[in-house]
Amino acid sequence: MQDEPTPTELIKAVADFLRNEITPVIKGHSAFKLRVGINALDLVARQLALEPDSDAAEAGRLSRLLGMQGSLGELNRALADRIAKGEVDLRTPGLADHLWQTTMAKLAVDQPNYASYKRELGGK
Amino acid sequence: MMEEKLGRCVASWCPGATGVVGAAKLSGGASQETWSFDIIHPDGNIGAILRRAPQGYGAAPTRAAGLNAEATLMQLAYDAGLPSPRVLHVLQPQDELGTGFIMARVEGETIARKILRDDQFAQARPKLARQLGQVLAGIHGLTLAQLPELRRMTATREIAELERDYRSFDWPRPVFELALRWLRDRDPGPPQQVTLVHGDFRHGNLIIGPDGMRAVLDWELAHTGDPMEDLGWICVNSWRFGEIDKPVGGFGSREELFAGYEAAGHRVDPARVMFWEVMGTLRWGVMCCGMMQRFRLGPDHSMERAMIGRRSSETEIDLLRLLAPRGK
Repeated sequence: MQDEPTPTELIKAVADFLRNEITPVIKGHSAFKLRVGINALDLVARQLALEPDSDAAEAGRLSRLLGMQGSLGELNRALADRIAKGEVDLRTPGLADHLWQTTMAKLAVDQPNYASYKRELGGK
Repeated sequence: MMEEKLGRCVASWCPGATGVVGAAKLSGGASQETWSFDIIHPDGNIGAILRRAPQGYGAAPTRAAGLNAEATLMQLAYDAGLPSPRVLHVLQPQDELGTGFIMARVEGETIARKILRDDQFAQARPKLARQLGQVLAGIHGLTLAQLPELRRMTATREIAELERDYRSFDWPRPVFELALRWLRDRDPGPPQQVTLVHGDFRHGNLIIGPDGMRAVLDWELAHTGDPMEDLGWICVNSWRFGEIDKPVGGFGSREELFAGYEAAGHRVDPARVMFWEVMGTLRWGVMCCGMMQRFRLGPDHSMERAMIGRRSSETEIDLLRLLAPRGK
């Protein structure tokens, strides 16, 4: 077992330092790069927090949809393959719902401020 | 060193020019650079832009039209009265500046967030979608026989290229598979009329002023094909920058875009435009994955490239909104 603080706590501490103390003193192209860097750290913190639950839910949906067991990677490859071959499509019960839930879980990590995501989250 | 070479170059074709000042590199990858500078002239300095591939980077990537073709297209657009910079000079070997061309600098804004939010563009925004339609009609009206040699693209070929690129990443994306399948099933075949297609008509490549559209830039992806491709591409949600209810660049409606296009004497096929909007959304998603690959494989190992890889999921939600809208 590794010791505390957790990776999430460390990343957040670094991101907060960069955001609060370095951002005000950096200008120009470096300021842009700094913002991208802070965004990357925030993304990693979100992924560490959300990934275990969303991966488990995705794997459960995929197993039911495909009628098979496997790693998340294997299951996604199998689904991609069946869609490509036309064996599964939007008329297949559960497919659209699965793709929506999986995509919403990705956006929650990647770009929670993306307008399409916020619109879908609001249910309108 | 750059100003010295540019100074010698401009003296050879711009009578009265005595040199250049303020040369600054605006952007540059390994194969292409853009420089801004002023030509010193007794009648007043002339703002200019150099677009070039430095010496030793002659070979164009497969999709690129090539800098000489870009210069020809820009000049044809200018001559046809379309908003376009004037081409001042095509680089010659004796210029020792590589390959490329020098154009007049057009003042204005290309950054989407400023165009969509700043007060100075408030008067322009409501007019832009219609104006863009008119400009696209003008581009599609350029005589094919006058064009430089360009790639001939079809929907079928575009789908095949996107699929090849996507498969090369070897990372399963069920939403992309769904989009590829959707596109293959609805491939509309050759258009009634093959025209010049700009290929990258969107924010970043359009100079906007408080008075409206001032110039189209960047003919790098120009080709011949289905004119509806350009109308679909400008509607891709990735270019709306949060203004998702204004499909044309975040500032206007499809109806305004189409009205401008048809007022200039060209017909719109809305179903084909929608097809190309789906294609364009997938294309941007595949490009995001491609930039991640460039990060991982080394040529551009920057945070920005890495983070663009995490923007491909944006195109997945947009594809689902197009292909499998909820609540229907």
